[in-house]
Amino acid sequence: MTKAGIVGAGITKFGRRTDANLNVLSWEAIREALRDAGIEQKDVDFYTVGNAGIWSEEQLPAVTVGEYSGLSGKGTMRVEAACATGSAAIRNAYLSVTGGASKIALAVGVEKMYGVDTPTVVELIGRAGNYFWEFENFGLTFPGYYALYANAYLSKYEAKEEDLALVSVKNHHYGSMNPYAQFQKEVSVEEVMASRYVAHPLKLLDSSPITDGAAAVVIAEENTARSLTDTPVWIKAQGVASGSANLSKRRNFLSLEASVLAAGQAYKQAGISDPVREIDVATVHDCFTIAEVIAYEDLGFTRRGGGIELIREGQTYNGGLIPVNLDGGLKAKGHPIAATGVGMAVEAVKQLRRQAPASRQASIKNGVALTHNVGGTGHYSYVTIYSV
Amino acid sequence: MDGKVPVVFDEKDGVPIFIDQRELVLSYRIPVSRIERFFEGLTKGQLLATKCVSCNEVYFPPQADCPKCSSSKLEWVKLSDEGKLLSYTIIYVKPVSFGNEDYAVGVVGLPDGVNVLARIWEAKKEALRIGSKMKLKIGPDRKGNLVYGFEPAGE
Repeated sequence: MTKAGIVGAGITKFGRRTDANLNVLSWEAIREALRDAGIEQKDVDFYTVGNAGIWSEEQLPAVTVGEYSGLSGKGTMRVEAACATGSAAIRNAYLSVTGGASKIALAVGVEKMYGVDTPTVVELIGRAGNYFWEFENFGLTFPGYYALYANAYLSKYEAKEEDLALVSVKNHHYGSMNPYAQFQKEVSVEEVMASRYVAHPLKLLDSSPITDGAAAVVIAEENTARSLTDTPVWIKAQGVASGSANLSKRRNFLSLEASVLAAGQAYKQAGISDPVREIDVATVHDCFTIAEVIAYEDLGFTRRGGGIELIREGQTYNGGLIPVNLDGGLKAKGHPIAATGVGMAVEAVKQLRRQAPASRQASIKNGVALTHNVGGTGHYSYVTIYSV
Repeated sequence: MDGKVPVVFDEKDGVPIFIDQRELVLSYRIPVSRIERFFEGLTKGQLLATKCVSCNEVYFPPQADCPKCSSSKLEWVKLSDEGKLLSYTIIYVKPVSFGNEDYAVGVVGLPDGVNVLARIWEAKKEALRIGSKMKLKIGPDRKGNLVYGFEPAGE
């Protein structure tokens, strides 16, 4: 199997992008990725478009995006894996390259969540579990699913809501240094605690926002990658797993089994045995503050129950044991569902190329970055290891 | 010209927005012929699961097929009325279709070896504690449809 590397990366400003429709927003990211790679549309053999949709009008987004972006004629598909859609789009482009079907493949993630009003988004993402047995009768909302995990975790490890708030404080801190982030301002523990409850014990400032955005990466096979750039960022390993749709079938509410499985696969493929020593920077799926704490444990950054201590001790700030979400995370950078995973890849590329703003550039010692992208509440999990 | 274009200016950003003139109403038709007994059970105040005759695996939500042994010979079993609260949440920001009143949802572990995600009829957080004993109660939701749920069992 040939190696595959990212040779071009592009991302749009995340936020309420009422200025751009789905196709326009995608092109903004694709154009930047093509320019970054120094290639043109004719050089692309295959492209994938991640889009969860429903809240935006296009039903065939891979084709409308391709038409707007000058990619018509190329093989394509729409990819969907809930909030891990972006990583799934990368997965398909990556497999197309490593399998030898393409020399250059493009993966795009785009979401236009402001295409409908907020109550409609609440209604739609509440269905992102097992529709009939969770939403239809009981009205479990998306924050509600993670709230089940939060209450179980806080109870088991005698942690407080104030501890979870520290994740929001950290990620807003880094969001304030990211011009692409939806929220570029700091928040305090007091502000998080004073924000209204969404689903007990999670509050508005524990939660990622509704976001529009797009991101794109160009993936090339080894020789092509080396001919295009001196600094390809290799996709060294990727673990992929799923969990039960129905949360009642989960073993416990302290861990996302899919993430444990995906991390295990990725570490094995990459030969990583001590993640916090071997990984320079991580981007994890903090759709809610509790999700980041559990991710620390599922990814083996600490023991069970140790996640809350890592954030209390500030060990996931830049310069700590392992810096996490230096782009602001989903919490502050925003969470345009399908763009999130591709946005994580863009961040990994910029960190490994040492192109992040100096104030939030991690120290790159091993040349290894990790991204952790969860779909649903651990319904899908993608853990990817990037290296230079 | 007679007529108009359905373009408005965004209330926050001031940019022009075309308002889609087609409306889509979605209400799914979900086949339940294989688990019809489950709904009969609800009308009798019983929470029913299925159990594989060959491997004894209990399924909740009930399903008509056992993927473990590829068998479709399953029998209906009544689940216990009491269990333990594994976790819960109270929903404050609600889907429009669920009305205005806050409500609770939780997962209860039953001695039958299955967990049930259900309505928690008590929506005050002071009254809910993880690990506490819960009792089954089947009752109407705000639209009068029977749903299954649990309430604190007391001591």
